[in-house]
Amino acid sequence: MSANDKKKELLLGNDAITRGIIEAGVGFASTYPGTPSSEIGNNLEKIAEKNGMFFEFSSNEKIAMESASAAAMSGVRSFVFMKHVGMNVAADPMLTLAYGGVRGGMVILTADDPSAHSSQNEQDNRIYAKLALLPMLEPSTPAEAKEMVKESYDISEELTLPVLFRTTTRVNHARGIVEEGDVKDVPKKSHFTRDIKRFVNIPANARTNRIRLLELNKKAAELSEASRFNFTEGKGSTGVITSGVSYTYVKEWMKNVSILKLGFTNPLPEKKIAEFMKDKEKIIVVEELEPFLEDQVLRIAKQSNLSVKIHGKRTDDLPMAFEYSPGVISALRHLADVADDNVPLARPDIALPPRPPTLCAGCPHRGIFHAVRKAVGRKEVIYSSDIGCYSLGAQPPFMMADMILCMGGGIGAAGGFSEATDQKVIAFSGDSTFFHSGITPLVSALFNGHKFTAIILDNRTTAMTGHQPHPGTGREFGGRRTEEIKIEDVVRGIGVKFVETVDPYDVKATIDVMTRAIEYDGLSVVIVKRACPLELKRKKILEPRVCEVDQDLCVKCSTCILSIACPALMKKDGIVSIDKEQCMGCMMCGRVCPKDAIKVIP
Amino acid sequence: MSERCDKGDPMKYVIQIVGVGGQGVLLASMVLGNAAMAEGHNVAMSEVHGMAQRGGSVLSTLRIGDNVISPLASDGEADMILGFEPAETCRNITLGNKSTMIIMNLDPIYPSTVTAGSSEYPGTDEMISSIKKVTKNIMTIEATSLAETAGKAVAANAVMIGAAAAVKGFPLPKDAVRGSLLNLVPEKFRELNAKAFDLGYDEMRK
Repeated sequence: MSANDKKKELLLGNDAITRGIIEAGVGFASTYPGTPSSEIGNNLEKIAEKNGMFFEFSSNEKIAMESASAAAMSGVRSFVFMKHVGMNVAADPMLTLAYGGVRGGMVILTADDPSAHSSQNEQDNRIYAKLALLPMLEPSTPAEAKEMVKESYDISEELTLPVLFRTTTRVNHARGIVEEGDVKDVPKKSHFTRDIKRFVNIPANARTNRIRLLELNKKAAELSEASRFNFTEGKGSTGVITSGVSYTYVKEWMKNVSILKLGFTNPLPEKKIAEFMKDKEKIIVVEELEPFLEDQVLRIAKQSNLSVKIHGKRTDDLPMAFEYSPGVISALRHLADVADDNVPLARPDIALPPRPPTLCAGCPHRGIFHAVRKAVGRKEVIYSSDIGCYSLGAQPPFMMADMILCMGGGIGAAGGFSEATDQKVIAFSGDSTFFHSGITPLVSALFNGHKFTAIILDNRTTAMTGHQPHPGTGREFGGRRTEEIKIEDVVRGIGVKFVETVDPYDVKATIDVMTRAIEYDGLSVVIVKRACPLELKRKKILEPRVCEVDQDLCVKCSTCILSIACPALMKKDGIVSIDKEQCMGCMMCGRVCPKDAIKVIP
Repeated sequence: MSERCDKGDPMKYVIQIVGVGGQGVLLASMVLGNAAMAEGHNVAMSEVHGMAQRGGSVLSTLRIGDNVISPLASDGEADMILGFEPAETCRNITLGNKSTMIIMNLDPIYPSTVTAGSSEYPGTDEMISSIKKVTKNIMTIEATSLAETAGKAVAANAVMIGAAAAVKGFPLPKDAVRGSLLNLVPEKFRELNAKAFDLGYDEMRK
């Protein structure tokens, strides 16, 4: 055991990052939840206030970026975090923020998701660092993430620029031993001093600030050259240049190689890289996704007149798609010594049922999907869907997503579908999604006279990312309480004429409302309101109720399974029964049963 | 790195925990990870969060040792596969090699594709024999039933943790694992979990 008396904990990457910003004395933090970054927000919801930090779930990533920018311009250390696609939303303020920069340290975390475990794409946000001309750091492990996030604040303040902090799922959701450090005492409130040249980017100032930014990037390059996060280890004539979690695979599975591990990855330490390549027989660049390092290494080699062969994605030695793993390193056997593999067991010769993620038992989305199907009948409909648990409605038996692009994209695209086709268009949006970016497309649709039906699935929480509050639920944490903003009031306030709110557990009423909404000649909005049972369970306010099938009344028609498809409904040898462990007692299955054979157990 | 390990290879033990969202796979990996840390080992883990937890397959990787840093294991690297659910155990057998000890809970959780009647769930004997054709190192346990004996089905994960601690060559002492479990569960469930752990441990030692 270590003689060190500092507390050590086995922390999730996201917990380590949370700890890092507290130790760095951050005074303002903001986010819009998104996997794999969500746990940071769940942590801060609980602990920000007692650490003197203001934390908010902003309505979307752009607002989170803008508010954190303002805090840092005022001199308060700020932290804004989001998943990779959230950065697309926040990119507009971010790219101009770089021009005037910040006073207090600011760190912008992007949680990328190679292999798209919980995302609609696997974009590589390191490219944003080049586009925005921002310094960037990339940790490999939870312990390094904590150290790096703290040092990022010093770098940010030295450069007067925000720092991009790029993680991936296998850092955010890795767990490792992290040592507690001291909390830096930094003022959590400041006073904004006017500096029009820096912070008012009218064209004349923007041109000056562009030069300022380019100059600061030269200084950033010097910091990168000297950074302790860019280091070499190991010995060998084969050189491996790597960053992020890939470093951990290289370190454990490659032998007899010299490693240049890069943690400060924009700007790159060009001199260090050239020096590293000088005496090597060959170079292998190991990084996930785009050849971000590799292309620059190729350029640095050329400019340094080095003829060493550089292997990577451009030579087809390594894949561009999907996250890396130890297996990807083993496949480099033709280039370097790799650790001996274990021979995996053969796959058992047995047919296994697939187990896709599915909507939970008692999920209110099942009720609305069934109602829509009933109301639509044989009409040809385009389902313009969105990001959330209801994306799972794309699967059978509902098949209720013909297109998913991005947050708010369902309502936005519906206008286009309705004008470009003669098909009926139904858009889906979640409640949190509606507040994120569903209001403006509704305004635009009304303005342009689009005719479609928008369904807003109000399950009273941001469910998919782990149940965060949103404007529609009101805020009740961090010593601050706000009223909920009613979706119906917003929609009516915009001027939509057909607005109805319905409880999806009341299947018949929902079918009726949906039938009228679809027939309506104009823009119709249906708000489907019923709290997520998982959220109620989490808050310990779910009334425990369980249903059962009266086998004497059941005619084995399977209508319940075909309509609601709840995982609590089990069919074996033609007999339907209800799993008491899973059932939430919502009775949606009972309401579609033609024989009233399903009842709540008294 | 490992000068102190002059007696041979540095210590390393890899556990893959497989199951279904909601079974307590993450809690089990935390229990074992904390116990390993308390015993002075280094620990690197990776977990599945987010979408996959909505009733989907869940995999948690736990790597214990002197020099571990990677959160992912290589194919076949597992020393132990802790299978919380039989079909998921069959599905993930390639995480192990011929020396890997497989502990398989025999109590199934039917996926939505099976409950809806669109796919078949294989029989228990069929699953056991399909694994036995590729390895002899399998021990089965009825963890959910044992947990019910202990008081509640949800303690099945404690039964599985107890079973893991009983396996020959398992690098963590029983008391360290048991202590770590009781440390992590809420006080009012401590007795239940202690009982479930012991039932799992004793079942494997029979």
